[in-house]
Amino acid sequence: MVEPPLALLAEVTHRCPLRCPYCSNPVELARASEELSTDEWTRVFAEAAALGCLQVHLSGGEPTARRDFPQLAAAARRAGLYVNLITAGVALVPAMLDDVDHVQLSVQDSEEAGAERIGGMRGAQARKRAAAALVRGRGLPLTLNAVVHRQNLHHLPELIALALEWGASRIEVAHVQYYGWALANRAALLPTRAMLDEATRIVDAARLAHAGRLAIDYVVPDYHASRPKACMGGWARRFLAVSPTGRILPCHAAETLPMDFPNVRDTTLRAAWEGHPAFARFRGTAWMPAPCAGCEHAERDWGGCRCQAFALTGDLHATDPACALSAHHGLLADAVAEAGTDGFRPRAFS
Amino acid sequence: MTPRFAPGVRLQEDKARGRWVVLAPERMFVPDEHALAVLRLVDGARDEAAIVAALAAQFDAPAEVIAGDVRAMLADLLSRGALRDG
Ligand code: SF4
Ligand code: SF4
Repeated sequence: MVEPPLALLAEVTHRCPLRCPYCSNPVELARASEELSTDEWTRVFAEAAALGCLQVHLSGGEPTARRDFPQLAAAARRAGLYVNLITAGVALVPAMLDDVDHVQLSVQDSEEAGAERIGGMRGAQARKRAAAALVRGRGLPLTLNAVVHRQNLHHLPELIALALEWGASRIEVAHVQYYGWALANRAALLPTRAMLDEATRIVDAARLAHAGRLAIDYVVPDYHASRPKACMGGWARRFLAVSPTGRILPCHAAETLPMDFPNVRDTTLRAAWEGHPAFARFRGTAWMPAPCAGCEHAERDWGGCRCQAFALTGDLHATDPACALSAHHGLLADAVAEAGTDGFRPRAFS
Repeated sequence: MTPRFAPGVRLQEDKARGRWVVLAPERMFVPDEHALAVLRLVDGARDEAAIVAALAAQFDAPAEVIAGDVRAMLADLLSRGALRDG
C-alpha cells in the first residue's frame, strides 16, 4: 500500500505580471490556451481530496490571473480541502478571498525600488500593501513570503519589520532554490557564506524578539550545506503537484526532468500516485546507487533533490551534490566562488 | 472563557486515514481522543462551563471530575495557537 499524499500543489497558471529572476516555474512557460479548464480543476480537487489530500496550495504563476479564480477556490473548498492561496497580491479583490483559508503573500524586497527591480513590475509594492490589508480585514491569517538572495539579503531586518507592519502572523524567509530560472540566474542570486551566516543570525534574533507575535520559517540554501534537504519530504511521499497543463508531478520542479509524467486529462490522481512508474521510480530507497545505498541518512533526506541532482550532474539517479559524500559536491563550492554579478535575466515567455 | 478556533484553523475529518486533524496555516496536528472531544464542542458560543456540561452528559461522568482536564486541555490548545478566547 502506498501512503496517500497530504497536500496538492495546484499550479493553475504560469501567467504572472511579475518577472522574478528566481521564479520556480519552468523555463518553458505554458500558455493560457493550454491551461486546464474550470471543470478539469474541479475534478482534480475532488480527486485529490478522495485520495487523501487535506490541503491545496493554489499557486502559479499568479493564480488570481485566472478569471475563474473565485470558482476554483470555491471548488477546492467544496471538495473539503484547506485552501492556501499563494499570491503576489498585485490584483487581489475581495471576491477572491471568499473560499480561502490562508494567504501567503510574496514580497520581492522591503523597499519599492528594490522590489521593482527584482519583481519587474511598477507599483507592485503599494498593491501588495493593500492586498495585505484586505486579507487582514477579512480576518484571514497572513504569511509573508520573502525569497532572499544576494540582491536583497541586506534588507532582511526590514523584511521582517514589514511582516509585522502588514499584520502577518508568519514570515517565510526562503533562500532561493536553484532550478529553472534561478539556476540560470545563479551568479546574481547566490549569497556568500558570510551573507548566509549573517542572515541566520538575524533570523535567530528576530525569532526571540517577536516570539508569540511572528513565527519565522527559515529555508536555507543547500549550496552551503554538507547534507541535502529531504526534498518534498521524499519523492512521491507527501506532495502531489499538478501543472497548468495538467501534468501530474511529485513536485512542481519535476517538469525539468526528462521523464514521462501522466496527465489529468488521461488518468486519475489516484492511478498516477499509486501506479504510474514515474511516481514509483524514486519513491523510497530501492533506486539508490552509492553512496546513498545503505547510508544511514537515506530515510531522512531520501538522497536529496532529483531536480538538483539532474540539473547539476545530468544524471537522474545521482546523489544530490549538496551532500558532502557526492562525487560532485565540489560543483557547489565552484558556483559560490563564481557568484557575484548584479545582472540577471527576468523570467519571460519564450 | 469562550473558546473559538483561531483564524485559519479548523477541525477536519481525514477520511483516508480514519482520523480527525486540526489544520492551520502551514501546519497540522492530530488531536488525541480527549482533545478531539473538546474541539468538537468548540463553536465560539459554548463557554468552558457549557463544554464541561456537554462532556459530562456525553461520558456520563461528574462535571467536577472533567472540569480540570478541560481547563488544562483548553490552555494547551490556546498556547499552541489553535484556539482563541472570545
Ligand atoms: S516568483 Fe515572481 S514571477 Fe514567479 S510566479 Fe511568483 S511572483 Fe510571479
Ligand atoms: S549519501 Fe545520500 S542518503 Fe547519505 S547523506 Fe548523502 S544524500 Fe543523504
